[in-house]
Amino acid sequence: MRRTEPVTDWETDFEVLDAGYVEDPFGIWDELRASCPVATTERRGRAWLPTRYADVTAIAHDTTTFSSSDVAVVTIEQDEDEDILPYGLPPITSDPPLHTWTRRLLLPWFSHRRVESYETLTREICGSLIKEFFDAGRADAAIDYAQQIPVRVISHILAVPDEMSDAFTGWVRDSLEFADDPERRRRGNYGIGEFLWSKVQERKEHPGDDLISDLLQSRHDGEPLEDSIILGMAMLTLIAGVDTTWSAIGASLWHLATHDDDRDRLVADPSLMATAVEEFLRAYSPVTMARLVTTDTEVAGCPMRAGDKVLMSFPAANRDPAVFDRASEVVLDRAANRHVAFGSGIHRCAGSNLARMELRVAIEEWLRRIPSFHLEPESSVTWAGGQVRGPRSIPVVLR
Amino acid sequence: MRLRIDPERCQGHARCFALAPDLFDIDDYGQSSVHSDGVVPADREDAARLAIANCPEFAIEALED
Ligand code: HEM
Ligand code: SF4
Repeated sequence: MRRTEPVTDWETDFEVLDAGYVEDPFGIWDELRASCPVATTERRGRAWLPTRYADVTAIAHDTTTFSSSDVAVVTIEQDEDEDILPYGLPPITSDPPLHTWTRRLLLPWFSHRRVESYETLTREICGSLIKEFFDAGRADAAIDYAQQIPVRVISHILAVPDEMSDAFTGWVRDSLEFADDPERRRRGNYGIGEFLWSKVQERKEHPGDDLISDLLQSRHDGEPLEDSIILGMAMLTLIAGVDTTWSAIGASLWHLATHDDDRDRLVADPSLMATAVEEFLRAYSPVTMARLVTTDTEVAGCPMRAGDKVLMSFPAANRDPAVFDRASEVVLDRAANRHVAFGSGIHRCAGSNLARMELRVAIEEWLRRIPSFHLEPESSVTWAGGQVRGPRSIPVVLR
Repeated sequence: MRLRIDPERCQGHARCFALAPDLFDIDDYGQSSVHSDGVVPADREDAARLAIANCPEFAIEALED
């Protein structure tokens, strides 16, 4: 089965990079949930796609049967990054015990206290981006705004110059969004890897007040960490923190550009922001993660074999009507919202406090200066999908 | 009403703290805990219920008394 052939049967032959699915997966999930809640495919090895909240969260909590040793949604042949990254990108690609202690080293960098200290910077970044395009009266809300924010905040946390932003953005996209193209994927991973490797070596001589220097000074069982673990953790912070948050900001702005009633309501009543941010995260969850089945098992009657993959669609789980009333609508003041956009269980997004702050501040600053905007007529919004789903171009007219 | 956090379940989503910072605290590793032995003032019971309804790990328990 050629990967790019159009899908005619989503239950037994799904394809997450199918263009229609990338643009509008919601109806497909609803149908699957009703007819075949764990779909399957053989297009890139055997994989399963659970779409019910209960199944996705149960799998996420069973880290023995479902390992994080291969979290790539688009399976790729192993390549040489193995050499420089024998431990992968901990904690996201690891199971306990490696997961437990590497995660613990990262968490304080994204604690709510620490994140508060990045808020002013985030607000300044948003303000200066808007200044760039405000007078022109039109902008690309994805490229000129959403895409620019998280990468600058992460650059600050890694203490690398802002000028690296474009390079980082390109590498992260190559790594995550073009996973089907081994050349591009390799280029992205090498770009990030080589750059951060040089920073690890540099910070050994000249430590600063940044994540890499902190990891260099950390000890595990009394021993310094291996360079390759530090590199993996720094790469993860960059890869996990950029495309994801930018996709969430972009999808939220796309929603507001296409739903005047919600936009006007949010502008009129900023106290809705707290629930609105969670609702955008639920309805437009960007991230799907995979698991590798370690022993033959069964989920909802589907026989899974060791070596199969499970694509944990947190986005589909978040649209499950068994858990959410009016699941397919965006309800800005939704009070009860147990969404799992940041995952579930021990791999809960380590950067969720940061992501939430960036998303809230990005929307606040945009609406404060641009209370009215809509899509540019005759132009098209484009979406990326796979591991991370979000809009990549949103041409808008401001007012 | 009294609240209890199950430390085994809590994964640090911090929804509880965002919704009711007077009832919960979160440490640098994301672990949540309750203030004042979890005793909820009568006028904050709605906030407590909201926190429970937003915890994706079902880690907050209400002990009604
Ligand atoms: C809206 C934005 C974001 C979304 C939707 C998101 C989503 C996720 C999800 C679903 C996971 C769980 C992975 C799994 O179960 O395998 C995860 C893990 C992770 N995320 Fe995020 N993320 C976002 C932003 C960020 C940011 C800003 C950072 C940090 C700078 C970050 C760092 C991490 C890390 C380090 C992990 C691994 C945690 C572990 O394995 O223990 N993420 N993220
Ligand atoms: S919302 Fe639940 S999981 Fe998150 S910190 Fe609070 S108790 Fe823990």
